Amino acid sequence: MAFLELKTVSKGYGSRSEVLKDINLEIERGEFVAIVGYSGAGKTTLISLIAGLIKPDAGTITLNDLEITDPGPDRGIVFQNYSLLPWLSVFENIYLAVDQVFCNWAPARKQQHTEKYIAMVNLTPARDKRPGELSGGMRQRVSVARALAMDPQILLLDEPLGALDALTRSTLQDEIGRIWEEHKKTIVLITNDVDEGIYLSDRIIPLSAGPNATLGPSIAVPIPRPRDRKAINHDPHFRQIRREVVEYLLGVGGRRHVTVSRKLFLPDIEPEDLNAPRSILGSRRRPIRRHEIRKETLESHS
Amino acid sequence: MITNRRSEFKLDWLILPLLGAVVVLLLWQMASTTWSKDLPGPLRTWTASKPYIMKPFEKRGELDQGILRFTWYSLVLVVKGYTVALLVGTPIGFMLGLSKFFSKSFDPIIQILRPVSPLAWLPLGLILFQKSQPAAVFTIAVCAMWPTVLNTAVGVRSIPQDYLNVAKVLKLSRTRTLFKVLIPATLPYMFTGFRLSLGIAWLVIVAAEMLTGSPGVGGFLWQEYNALIYEHIILCILTIGVIGFVLDRLMSLVERRFKTV
Ligand SMILES: Nc1ncnc2c1ncn2[C@@H]1O[C@H](COP(=O)(O)OP(=O)(O)O)[C@@H](O)[C@H]1O
Ligand SMILES: [Mg+2]
Repeated sequence: MAFLELKTVSKGYGSRSEVLKDINLEIERGEFVAIVGYSGAGKTTLISLIAGLIKPDAGTITLNDLEITDPGPDRGIVFQNYSLLPWLSVFENIYLAVDQVFCNWAPARKQQHTEKYIAMVNLTPARDKRPGELSGGMRQRVSVARALAMDPQILLLDEPLGALDALTRSTLQDEIGRIWEEHKKTIVLITNDVDEGIYLSDRIIPLSAGPNATLGPSIAVPIPRPRDRKAINHDPHFRQIRREVVEYLLGVGGRRHVTVSRKLFLPDIEPEDLNAPRSILGSRRRPIRRHEIRKETLESHS
Repeated sequence: MITNRRSEFKLDWLILPLLGAVVVLLLWQMASTTWSKDLPGPLRTWTASKPYIMKPFEKRGELDQGILRFTWYSLVLVVKGYTVALLVGTPIGFMLGLSKFFSKSFDPIIQILRPVSPLAWLPLGLILFQKSQPAAVFTIAVCAMWPTVLNTAVGVRSIPQDYLNVAKVLKLSRTRTLFKVLIPATLPYMFTGFRLSLGIAWLVIVAAEMLTGSPGVGGFLWQEYNALIYEHIILCILTIGVIGFVLDRLMSLVERRFKTV
């Protein structure tokens, strides 16, 4: 039996038609699997199911032959919008996880463990900063460090680099690749960038457009590691795989109109305040919630 | 450019407010000389209030004391009632925010009790506690509690799902979730509630003192009305306003501190 196994899993929210339908997925220990799909197809839903944050309507999900019933630290998640606690510093955010998972360690050991993971993502200089003072890329790295520091059996990455600019994105891709080589953790990477998926993974699986999204054929990526970002573009395997994935996404698993984009609202650090003090003469009321807005699109360079 | 901005700054913060004050003083003067002869003008008010302002802590008799001394009595009562309001209101707010069951059970009764005036609660307090001071504390607590209750509840309800997911994934215990996630995430809302509650507490104390005649700014005001010394009424009104303003400013400073955290 595979390490992580999803069998005929379906999930819908309320009365509307199902978001995910008949999902079958098998992932072996140590494998790096990328799942690529349109925004709104149900990628986050899929990750939440594996994480145990929501329950499937039908089908079963097992990790190590044990059915997943609720969330737990054995599955490290990097959420799509970082999900750092804004009132804690970088150190405290990670320490909270370490403290919880390794509760019987001595405090000094927990602290050392935390520092180790902060150093691993090159954030030691920002150790005492709060998430609000960090750039998107730095927050993402904190989130990755927090997930890894829990020493999970499997790492679930939900569009970890989606909100970042292209430069930061490629740097962090390499960082994720390096971390995987180092720790040999099982990784499920959700992405909307086909190239990113192929570049990092052992296997890439397209998710068809919703509703009733389902996984397409699993395509192995037999490109030897370490991979070279520049050279890979000319690799015949790479081009072949990309063509297959994109064809599936545009064809069988496609949707009527292809250029989909939507605004993604990343929650802001500051909660809404309906009773903000207002002075008659003073400055105008400042914006209630500073959304970090970005467009989310499927990138298919075909 | 810079000088221009600086003069604008002065215009905003000094000249315009002064202008407003002068206009109000003029209207007041006009009203007192033409339309209502009983209303003391600004100058008469100042001369009659001078001893109370210049020797603010003097105690000449039970109901003849410096204005800050009276203020102090009122503040002590306010602090007592306010503390009770926060200690009772915050947990209620958390329960309303966290539990659908609790919220459905108690929301209607809260909506009914919330708009009740302090003047209506005070007699009940007198029946319950017999003495005027505890009755005033009771009234303040009951009236000032609601903004804390409601803001805390709203704060708890609007905690982003992401933070709760973090708690779930880490399997934080209930108490740890409360102290590590729920309370920090709700703090800004709570402090907004605390500030509004303090404003109400200050409104209520004046009413309570007027009804019970206990020493304090409100009690003094009512007594001077009965003694026909109308200048002191205006002194009291201004004092109440200034103290209320200062309290609000102080609370909003505290609030802002917690907001940046
Ligand atoms: N909590 C929810 N309640 C209702 N509908 C939801 C919820 N979460 C997601 N959906 C819907 O499910 C679909 C898939 O969402 P999601 O999994 O977030 O997509 P993706 O991560 O691929 O962009 C969307 O149509 C979305 O509107
Ligand atoms: Mg998503």
